[in-house]
Amino acid sequence: MTLLKVEGLRSGYGEVQVLQGLDLTVDAGEIVVVLGANGAGKTTTLRALSGMIPAKGSVQFDGAEVIGRKPEDLVRRGIAHVPQGRGTFPELTVDENLQVGGFTQSAADTAADAERWYEVFPRLAERRDQLAGSMSGGEQQMLAIARALMSRPRLLLLDEPSLGLAPLITRDVFERITEVNQELGTTVLVVEQNANLALKIADRGYVLATGSIVASGTAEELSSDDSVRRAYLGV
Amino acid sequence: MQLFVQRVFDGLQAGAIYAILALAIVIVFRASGMLNIAQGEIAMFTTFIAWNLFDVGLPWWASSVASLVIGFLVGAVLYRLLIVRLGGGHASPLAVVMVTIGLFLMLNDGAAVIWGTTAKPVPRIFGTGRVEIFGAGVAVQVLGLLAVLGVLVVVFGLLFQRTKLGLALRAVTSNQESAALAGIKVTTVLMIGWGLAGAIGSVAGSFTASGNFAVDRNMMQIVLIYAFAAATLGGFDSPLGAVLGGLIIGLVSELVVGYVAIVGPDLRLLPGFALVIIVLLVRPQGMFGSPKVVRA
Repeated sequence: MTLLKVEGLRSGYGEVQVLQGLDLTVDAGEIVVVLGANGAGKTTTLRALSGMIPAKGSVQFDGAEVIGRKPEDLVRRGIAHVPQGRGTFPELTVDENLQVGGFTQSAADTAADAERWYEVFPRLAERRDQLAGSMSGGEQQMLAIARALMSRPRLLLLDEPSLGLAPLITRDVFERITEVNQELGTTVLVVEQNANLALKIADRGYVLATGSIVASGTAEELSSDDSVRRAYLGV
Repeated sequence: MQLFVQRVFDGLQAGAIYAILALAIVIVFRASGMLNIAQGEIAMFTTFIAWNLFDVGLPWWASSVASLVIGFLVGAVLYRLLIVRLGGGHASPLAVVMVTIGLFLMLNDGAAVIWGTTAKPVPRIFGTGRVEIFGAGVAVQVLGLLAVLGVLVVVFGLLFQRTKLGLALRAVTSNQESAALAGIKVTTVLMIGWGLAGAIGSVAGSFTASGNFAVDRNMMQIVLIYAFAAATLGGFDSPLGAVLGGLIIGLVSELVVGYVAIVGPDLRLLPGFALVIIVLLVRPQGMFGSPKVVRA
């Protein structure tokens, strides 16, 4: 079943158009990766999908047209976005971060969900009363993901979860993403520069260059396609 | 001893009003990162409206309570109509400062047009009774004011720390983008923040007027300057700091003017601001302000 269907997505900042008519689909339960170099439009794609910047074209989520909807509306429909870098609230404690993440849920669900994510991310449990801003980059990334999962999303959008993290920690983050995908059936759309790692956990992938899709296929196809690797992924 | 106690309570009376207005300024600043220069004039304006209610027969204390609601509405409407047009949460803080300076002048002139330039007499909120403390006669009004300040601090402490609205306000303060992504309606939350500040400001307005026995359109200007000093002293992001800052400035001003001969009443602005400068030299973030906690 198709969960997300994007057609002719155009978006950008002011006069500058970054996305030049982008098409992609994500099926329910999949992990899909969008690869691309710096400036290809990866972050813009996710920001347009979660309603943070104006966009044109068509975005169908679970059969309904959602283009032009605001982030606070989209999160209620089941789209959660972990923005690039810090998706956390540095002046709030870890526990308060999770409470904010559960803002659209009932108090009982929020309490139960927080306990569940403390089990998945034990580092967060140890630091639940600590200010988020005082934690390491990897811990903050885990917290940002847990914060997003608190809204019980059907689609999780992840913007370069590996950014600024040590390789070992990146691997840990990616393992947790796979876990969430397999155990909860949460669909994941992740944009990454780190092609090798991302293709390992993904079912399918797209390659983005200067605002449009230039290649697509299963993760195996993309990993073994030398021309794609050389031209767009720099690996 | 009697004179000292008298001066302490005089200082606390002035300081409590600075503290209340500083609390309003800090709530807006914390929620939206903006300085509302017109916060004092909004309070003056709502106090004039309270005077209208008093004039048609409502008791002054009830008019003051009503001005809380009016202050909330004025603050919220100003945010919705004015600040949202400037870009809301993304508005340039400098643009907001300029616009609120304009608002300051508009409200001041507007008050002259609507209510005239003569002050309107009002009574004390808590009456003119006195209680004897250590031999000094302390006005019930002052004790009432301090009690109101205490209630405000507790209520707002609970609101910010214990309620979902408070959590939303703090989340928006910390990271607007992620707050929206978590489903918080940022514009609504900021509107409520400005409304709360308007409501608190109106308390400062009512007490200033009733301390002077009159509503006057220029009464909040000196209070605003002291309130900014109080917020700076306490740390701009700390409500508790703003309150303590207000009380300390009120006390220091009163005691220095009272006991240091060369600082006569003509220099009464000096001690409070000298204190602010000294504290900032030692702690640039203010007494209770937090330096940014962001780890690279």
